Amino acid sequence: MTNLLRKTVRTLSTISLSLLLLAAVPMSSQTADTPPPAAQKPAKAKSVHTTQPRDGQQVFDENCERCHNAPQSFSPSISGTVVKHMRVRANLSKEDEQALMRFFNP
Amino acid sequence: MSYRTHFKHCRLSRSIAITLLSLGALCLAPALTAQDIPLISGAVGFLTSTTGGNTSYFPAVSPVLVAPVGQHLLFESRASILGTVEPQPGAGYDGRFHVNVTYAQANYFLNSHVTLVGGYSLIPFGTYNERLTPIWISALQDAPLIFGIGNPGTGVGTGGQIRGNIVSNENYSITYATYISAGSTDFQINSSRDVGGQVSVYLPKQRLEIGTSYGRLLETDKMNAIGTHVWWEPARIPLKVRSEYAHGPHSQGYWVETDYRLSQFHGANSFVGRMEPIFRLQQTFRNSPDPNDELPAQNTQRVDFGLDYHLPHEVRINTSYARQFSSANSGGNVNIWETALIYRFLFPTWKGKK
Repeated sequence: MTNLLRKTVRTLSTISLSLLLLAAVPMSSQTADTPPPAAQKPAKAKSVHTTQPRDGQQVFDENCERCHNAPQSFSPSISGTVVKHMRVRANLSKEDEQALMRFFNP
Repeated sequence: MSYRTHFKHCRLSRSIAITLLSLGALCLAPALTAQDIPLISGAVGFLTSTTGGNTSYFPAVSPVLVAPVGQHLLFESRASILGTVEPQPGAGYDGRFHVNVTYAQANYFLNSHVTLVGGYSLIPFGTYNERLTPIWISALQDAPLIFGIGNPGTGVGTGGQIRGNIVSNENYSITYATYISAGSTDFQINSSRDVGGQVSVYLPKQRLEIGTSYGRLLETDKMNAIGTHVWWEPARIPLKVRSEYAHGPHSQGYWVETDYRLSQFHGANSFVGRMEPIFRLQQTFRNSPDPNDELPAQNTQRVDFGLDYHLPHEVRINTSYARQFSSANSGGNVNIWETALIYRFLFPTWKGKK
């Protein structure tokens, strides 16, 4: 069991390092002063399934508020983190993530 | 299995947590945008449960740490510090504390439709495990009786997931999640060797979600579990209807829950509008004995009547009464009274740039 545990830890460490290396590529092209998504022109939807950008309020109602009440307020400095967290928890697409970001930062 | 039991089982090797969090922390500074400050969320609660005349107390803290690294990588973890104060026969009360990491995972956004997940993650079988287990979300204190089907042992897997959104537009949305988990009965890492996945279809206009889950246990005994869920939130009234059915090799069952926030009576912030009555009906059917699936040993029916009150400043009071009927020879029929006072918090880990 100890060997199994060691192998599991080693495997997870390798996965983590690999993910960080993968993340380093896009990270190298951005700085801490990157304008927030709300200030950027909405990215053109690449998916053939998505015909137009979705409304952020709709994305919020359909994905966040179905499970939990919305927080009464939170700092704008964590809006991007909240949206990324919801992207994982609610399986949001990139387009829906951007719509949600625009909703939090109109 | 109640989520208290769930907490007790969810443990993680400190080394894994330290590895993940340290690697994340190393990369934070150069990559953060003004809105990507790591956050701490979660809840503090005080819960009580009276079963068969015996009252237990559960002070709990359940923090969540979320830390993005650039635009593609996100670390997140949820822990629980749970106290248990229970009556002991002839010896007053006995108190214990459990500190557990519920999950700790790294998420990599590969593209718009694919997210890779590695680490110690909640198993995406059914809806309760991933969506409703946090104490600041669940309307009722106890998990459904069928929770153990498809969520063997801890409901947490050590391995990886591929998940995301296949299609999302104004007419429908299809999401998926697949997982593979290594098995371990170690005290720190407790997970089963299994694989599985889930697909859900959501219809925004009808506000209806239908999904199905599959899990295959790959331990000594190979066992399949299947499940389906239906969620519906009518557009015109603040009603939530949630239901799940799950079928395992030795048992099956279902639960149906309705929550109705009375916000249509003078608004959500009025005295009446802050109330949320809840009703849950569930049944389990035992086909053959299995001491490991965490379902009742006999056919069981249970009804829960709850009333939650949403106070200002993210504070909530949950109350519920449940009556459980069992075909067990003795001690099967019990009354369960539960209360909880919960405060939810959400704040950045540090002050970001203006």
